[in-house]
Amino acid sequence: MKMTNNEYDKLTKKYSPNTKMYLTLPKAFVIGGLICCLGQALFNLYTYLGMTELHARSVTSITLVFLSALLTGLKLYDKIAKHGGAGTLVPITGFANSVVAPALEFKTEGFILGTAAKMFIIAGPVIVYGILTSVVYGIILYIFQIMQ
Amino acid sequence: MANIIKDGTINLQSAPTISSYASAVGKKEGEGPLAEYFDYISEDVTLGESSWEKSESKLQQYAFTNALSKGNFSESDMDFMFAGDLLNQCVASAYGARDTSIPFFGLFGACSTMAESLGLASVFVDSGAAINAAAVTSSHFCSAERQFRLPVNYGGQRTPTAQWTATAAGCAIVSPHGAPPYVKAVTVGKIKDMGVTDANNMGAAMAEAAHDTISRHLANMGQSIEAFDLILTGDLGKVGSDILIELFRKENVDISEKHNDCGLMLYDLKKQDVHAGGSGCGCSASVLCGYILPQIAKGNLKNVLFAATGALMSPTIVQQGESIPGISHAVHISAF
Repeated sequence: MKMTNNEYDKLTKKYSPNTKMYLTLPKAFVIGGLICCLGQALFNLYTYLGMTELHARSVTSITLVFLSALLTGLKLYDKIAKHGGAGTLVPITGFANSVVAPALEFKTEGFILGTAAKMFIIAGPVIVYGILTSVVYGIILYIFQIMQ
Repeated sequence: MANIIKDGTINLQSAPTISSYASAVGKKEGEGPLAEYFDYISEDVTLGESSWEKSESKLQQYAFTNALSKGNFSESDMDFMFAGDLLNQCVASAYGARDTSIPFFGLFGACSTMAESLGLASVFVDSGAAINAAAVTSSHFCSAERQFRLPVNYGGQRTPTAQWTATAAGCAIVSPHGAPPYVKAVTVGKIKDMGVTDANNMGAAMAEAAHDTISRHLANMGQSIEAFDLILTGDLGKVGSDILIELFRKENVDISEKHNDCGLMLYDLKKQDVHAGGSGCGCSASVLCGYILPQIAKGNLKNVLFAATGALMSPTIVQQGESIPGISHAVHISAF
């Protein structure tokens, strides 16, 4: 019996289970929410300690990045992210993890060709398209301002 | 003397013996349902090495040296070594065999390599080209992840259809006809590409290859499913196994009672968080050499069709939008 790729695709879909979204969505919401609460708590703490709002924001981000890098090095971040999904991916902690994980993974190939060269294999596209998008939005804003 | 039947099936008239076999696995595999059958379980996934590639080579060496000592062989008794793994340039095998002086064939058949190497070793022995030949394959979760997917500590989620690359190795030594298990016939796989592009659904990419090879083996040898106690695929996992059973069902053949899959046997799917099951050259190698071959030697299993399956996936080509070809080689192993 000869099966077409189309028929085979239907068979594949029939037997391939989908992600259980009724579980993954609430978990991402709670874990992502907790990271944001931690960020807010840190911000409150830093302003309470007398920092200006501008400084407190930066130091909060730096603290979260540090914690994420530390947990990645301790092989704990990926265990949290297994449940957190987008909840651990979207906050700044996810970005830190995506840089630290390859940096650690590829250090066996040396600090230059391993750690440094491979550090941005995951975060690189985010940076490239992030900057590109900001330029495009900047131009749009500029045009609007001229028209006014 | 080995002779071609037709369409890729080779009959081994002398029925060479698999005279010795050994398996070596990692920690997670050593916590699975087959733990008691493995010759060596490493508590440390690094095996004391400084890179994952070296760890995998060491695992392969353990399987090989264990097989030598269990069969009372010395290295000089081996005429050829057929070895393979998942890594680029088959480095785990090449570096694993670096300290030996055995004539070496490096093979790549993705997760089908155990059947490929065992089949070739058996044909060599049956045809008189070798007295003893070793077939050895390995895989390591961490070395495979960094080559095919993402860094191990990256916080990504795996899809439900993804399979877990086994940290495992197996070695089988083929010798002239003696005590069981015997290798009776080999069917060489054809490349089968059904247009599956999802690199996280290897089972689906390989199922048709297994279906084709098993069907051809039965047709070419004039056998029916009833001739076998076990049709053992490796490593279709849950998704691929379901598809394979359905493919046969469409031809009014029920293989569900006879079929099992190395990827489903190596781990406890409910407890061990491996999603659709195990994969990797070491998965079918360790299940075959650790559990199945001893069962055949004892006579608990009479006839096994070992059809290891491989998804010939390259991350580069998949990124270019190509689909994933599959292959499956079958080896008929018998207690008679």
